[in-house]
Amino acid sequence: MEQKADHQLKQIAAEIRYAVIETSHRSKSAHLASCLSCVDIITELFWRENDLNFFDESIGADRDHFILSKGHAAMLLYVALAKKGIFDAKELLTYNQNGGRLAEHPPANLIPYIDVATGSLGHGLSVGVGISMAKKLRGCNSKVIVVVSDGEINEGSVWEATMFASRNLLNNLCLIVDSNKWQATDRVEDVLHIDNLADKWAAFGWKTIEVNGHNFAELRESVEFFKTSKDRPVVIIANTIKGRGISFMEDDNNWHYRSPNEQELSKCKKELFG
Amino acid sequence: MRNAFADEIKNLAGINENIVMLSGDIGNRLFDNFKEKYADRFINCGVAEQNMTGVAAGLALMGYRPFTYTIGPFVTTRCLEQIKIDVAYHNLPVTVVAVGAGLSYAGLGPTHHSCEDVAFLSSIPNMQVICPADRWETRAALRAIVESNCPTYLRLGKKGEPDIHGAIPKNFSIGKGITIKEGSSVCVISSGTIVSEALDGSKLLEKRGISSLLINMHSIKPFDYQLLQQVSTEFDFIVTIEEHTLFGGLGSLVAHWMATNPQVKSKLLTIGTPDEFYKKSGSQKYAREQLRIDAKNIALRIENFISGKTFP
Repeated sequence: MEQKADHQLKQIAAEIRYAVIETSHRSKSAHLASCLSCVDIITELFWRENDLNFFDESIGADRDHFILSKGHAAMLLYVALAKKGIFDAKELLTYNQNGGRLAEHPPANLIPYIDVATGSLGHGLSVGVGISMAKKLRGCNSKVIVVVSDGEINEGSVWEATMFASRNLLNNLCLIVDSNKWQATDRVEDVLHIDNLADKWAAFGWKTIEVNGHNFAELRESVEFFKTSKDRPVVIIANTIKGRGISFMEDDNNWHYRSPNEQELSKCKKELFG
Repeated sequence: MRNAFADEIKNLAGINENIVMLSGDIGNRLFDNFKEKYADRFINCGVAEQNMTGVAAGLALMGYRPFTYTIGPFVTTRCLEQIKIDVAYHNLPVTVVAVGAGLSYAGLGPTHHSCEDVAFLSSIPNMQVICPADRWETRAALRAIVESNCPTYLRLGKKGEPDIHGAIPKNFSIGKGITIKEGSSVCVISSGTIVSEALDGSKLLEKRGISSLLINMHSIKPFDYQLLQQVSTEFDFIVTIEEHTLFGGLGSLVAHWMATNPQVKSKLLTIGTPDEFYKKSGSQKYAREQLRIDAKNIALRIENFISGKTFP
């Protein structure tokens, strides 16, 4: 059921989308469409009034951890962190410029709450598993949420981590697959034989839930579902659309590498805000 | 060496409750005492070294001191990117522990030989690379590593290596070489378990009237350039001995330093494993003889070197 809050989340997501598109336009940077497919996921995680707390260093290990394993969506992460007030939004102007700290993939040990540097695919889940293990060893109840792309799960290390997480009963770990059906140069289904993702993780002993990754009500329910898991890690298969939110970008893989020109930018603005 | 490691890490885990052992499904019975005492801090990660290394990084991010442990190639080159990105880039205090330095597992074939690891690992920023010579140094190195709080590669032999020290060396310090034997006409620098061959070779040279100083350079990174500077002013001949390729190991480091310090007049002989896969079955002792890195061949090669003879 849609809550009143869902409308507010939609507004936040539109603002994030536009800031990401603007950043891509300004810096002529790639991976715009990969960002747009998981804007709603990030908005749900960071802005929903829930008991997830990713942004309070003072509580130490009790803080929840978020890992963007699909590091090529760094633009989105930076926009979201700036909007959260983690750093000044003016710094977004330095994205991909000489000498800044906002590189095209999230860096290590430079930006608060970017705990894990990513960019090489297939790393984030294992590190997230390590953080989950540490929380268990320390007796903390906080959670770890890792977002991967469906192209990323080509990497064998993802499946090593998958087997490890269920064996070690990491119910504090949630993997979200941003399943936008595209990878860099082709359809995911045409590159390797990987389909029925929920079945795959279920076979490895995970609890699974499949949702529309652009529907806030469904996203909220899936996060709630994760929190109730007693002894297993949870995977949320979020079915998404690459380039989501902009009619001429949706499901068009050219926008994996393209950045919008001035004219396209104003079209985006019109589509997002009317 | 591996028994000393297992015992010492168990002892250290008693003092430091953040120590966690991650094994790549190896060390049958080796860690029984550790598991008995600290069951929740021993994790068999299965034959999945990429994940093991990433998990170690995650644990270290949360304040733990993880050690990843399996056979050399699998804990290093198999998961090199995880070491580079997850561990070293984040500058996390994970210790990667390899068992089977060089040709320790000669008989298992090139899949299990580890003659490139030092080059790979020392080329990564933030990493310390430490190659103990014997079981006593293994214990000393472990204690120093736990103190150091840096990403570290610890390169162990297997078992039954000859003792170089009679007890845990008190003068062990990361980045500082240890003089094992005094001498005057040639300076031999060695690292890792092959120090025992270097020592025996050095003794053979004594019998032939050639006096050699032997330095055990257990730390490849950080490297004791101060000691190298010192011996380069005192010796006309410097020899490096390692059970590792000559690309990017001890010999390569020393050669680079000498070549870029033009005041150095000493001549250099580098002894290591050849640039080829060693495919003969049999023991490490036999392999070292075949590759001419055993004590007898070391002595012969050094003698020829200082007498100006061409390589035999």
